[in-house]
Amino acid sequence: MDLAFTQEDEAFRAEARSWLHAHVPTSPLPSLETEEGFAAHRAWEAELAADRWSVVNWPTAYGGRDAGIVRWLVFEEEYYAAGAPGRVNQNGISLLAPTLFDHGTQEQRDRVLPSMATGRTVWAQAWSEPEAGSDLASLRAKGVRTEGGWMLSGQKTWSSRAAFADRAFGLFRTDPDTPKPHQGLTYLMFDLRAPGVTVRPIRRLDGKPAFAELFLDEVFVPDEDVIGEPGRGWRIAMSTAGNERGLMLRSPGRFLAAADRLHTLWQSLGSPGATRSRVADALIGARAYQLFTYAAASRFLEGETLGPESSLNKVFWSEYDIALTETALDLLGEEGELADTDWSERYVFSLAGPIYAGTNEIQRDIIAERLLGLPKGRR
Amino acid sequence: MRFLLDAEQREFAASLDAMLTAADTPSVVRDWSRGDHARGRALWRRIAEAGVFALAVPEAYEGLGQHPVELALAFVELGRHAVPGPLVETVTAATLLTEPGPAKRLLPALAAGETMATVARDHGYALDGEAAGIHLSLTAEGLRLAPGHGPVRPSLDPARRLTPLDPGGELLATGPPLAPALLLARLTTAAQALGVGLALLDRTVTHVKRRTQFGVPIGSFQTVRHQLADARIALEFARPLLLGAALTMTAEDVAAAKVTACEAAYRTARTALQLHGAIGYTAEYDLSLWLTKARALRTAWGSPDECRDTVLSGGRRW
Ligand SMILES: Cc1cc2nc3c(=O)[nH]c(=O)nc-3n(C[C@H](O)[C@H](O)[C@H](O)COP(=O)(O)OP(=O)(O)OC[C@H]3O[C@@H](n4cnc5c(N)ncnc54)[C@H](O)[C@@H]3O)c2cc1C
Repeated sequence: MDLAFTQEDEAFRAEARSWLHAHVPTSPLPSLETEEGFAAHRAWEAELAADRWSVVNWPTAYGGRDAGIVRWLVFEEEYYAAGAPGRVNQNGISLLAPTLFDHGTQEQRDRVLPSMATGRTVWAQAWSEPEAGSDLASLRAKGVRTEGGWMLSGQKTWSSRAAFADRAFGLFRTDPDTPKPHQGLTYLMFDLRAPGVTVRPIRRLDGKPAFAELFLDEVFVPDEDVIGEPGRGWRIAMSTAGNERGLMLRSPGRFLAAADRLHTLWQSLGSPGATRSRVADALIGARAYQLFTYAAASRFLEGETLGPESSLNKVFWSEYDIALTETALDLLGEEGELADTDWSERYVFSLAGPIYAGTNEIQRDIIAERLLGLPKGRR
Repeated sequence: MRFLLDAEQREFAASLDAMLTAADTPSVVRDWSRGDHARGRALWRRIAEAGVFALAVPEAYEGLGQHPVELALAFVELGRHAVPGPLVETVTAATLLTEPGPAKRLLPALAAGETMATVARDHGYALDGEAAGIHLSLTAEGLRLAPGHGPVRPSLDPARRLTPLDPGGELLATGPPLAPALLLARLTTAAQALGVGLALLDRTVTHVKRRTQFGVPIGSFQTVRHQLADARIALEFARPLLLGAALTMTAEDVAAAKVTACEAAYRTARTALQLHGAIGYTAEYDLSLWLTKARALRTAWGSPDECRDTVLSGGRRW
């Protein structure tokens, strides 16, 4: 058991650090959740990709560095420590790409991944529907078989960044007559600008059009955009949601850097005693999350699947993130009320953490049933 | 970077667990709480035979040299089984005794489990002074071998008996390695607390599956399930902090592990009590052995606030 990185890993860290030092924009980009900011972040993805820093853990053939999970963690630590911009293609990179690596065809990987790596194609996740939130399997948007593909109809909602994104991936009911709701679902990719698609941006809490609802009216999707077998979409979607995503969705680097900034802020305000223990807990939480992730990554490298453990992860980081940003706003006092500061933007985003990626109530149910072995419940 | 226990380490923990499970520790604890140390001493010798105390004693004095990771693993098991006695104090004493004369005289017996040691800071309490054969007091002049102990005062945890030490005695060292000794005390206390929390969670999960109300197991009620899920989350995030601290042994890491493990155990204790209902509130039921220990360990060898202060002192560390 050890925490020491190899010389090669340290060299990789140094290389990442010096690249970031030379390239990270000196003044922050406009908010990712606005049209102007979106374009700026797309350009940043292209810059990252030009030197193969956008998807370090992918194979080199698709624009990565074949770096493996440990170096991905190292890269993320450096990335956030450098104060680099948010990642506009997070959904594609952390959800769709692993799905394609595990279940896609060679042709799909060759077609989809390179333009994802450069930010030329930005992906939105189209899972949720107005009547299918936590109970996602009850979804009703449908796909009907047609010559050479499928016709999609129905409504999707809360699709992050779909207001400005290019393409989307999601689950559709292609067989309405199955005995169980998880059956008869197909996982596929579609174009957000295809005929029949209407995208209506939705303003989030701070008024920014950060997500959107999608109305689909006979949208044609060719067979080549079906991921895995038709009718088996649920299993495919869940398998990628469980394992690597537990590690990759939120990296420790993000929280280590935030805790560090909080600590510096606290010291710059004269280390006020009233917030002492909350600042300490922010530092401790970041370290705990880092080490928890190192342990998970080590098990992953030994070939273990992580499954329901990612639920521990999800609840922890989402609650931690809110506590950390609340502490920063409280420390700032009157200044903390101002919108459009780094901390307030972070705060608004953190509030959604316990809701998206499976609500924390759902995660606690998974922990209770699958990790503690408690009986299925009265809910 | 391979932050994963190896097979030998896992086996060491598992074999301690098996040995302690067979030892019926709850009845040993109850004897100990009444001041009857016979079975506790017997158990102590078996723990020593497994090598636990030797993990803190230098090889020159019949120990194995210091192995914080293995010590942490062992103390998780000792906490899980609520083993009584000055466990933390004994490994702390082993670190404090570096002067060749006293070390040669006192350490081999500690490594072999023939003697227990206890330690008091300044004018504080020493744990289980009446059971210990070696009483160390840390004073302004250094480390002294106290001639004896004062009257026993009960702790909130009936298995812990607190004793002041008598003043004076032989001066063993003028500059003992205080900082490393305190680090080891905090680390092993954190480990013991984690074990206590894990035992509380385990027993509560078993209870809520068995106990029925309104015609169903109470473990099927969502508020019950979610409280236990939260306890599991808290404990699972304390574990890597503990093992990470055992690897680095920096003051910040150890303090972070101590506050987190102790808070997780304490929160789990509150949940365990609540979910057991009235039976959890009785001294007769074994759950109480862990409930009271979770409270006591929270302030032993560094309160949550002291530990948080340590984390905050200094610049960027992680
Ligand atoms: C910022 C943000 C971004 C998002 N991005 C995307 C995206 O890109 N793509 C996408 O598809 N979706 C996205 N979502 C949607 C998200 O996945 C859903 O909001 C989430 O699954 C919850 O569904 P819901 O909002 O319908 O809430 P509901 O399911 O109606 O839940 C409301 C409340 O009831 C609770 N609840 C429901 N069922 C249970 C139960 N069985 N036990 C206990 N409590 C229960 C929930 O935990 C929650 O507290 C996003 C959401 C947000 C806030």
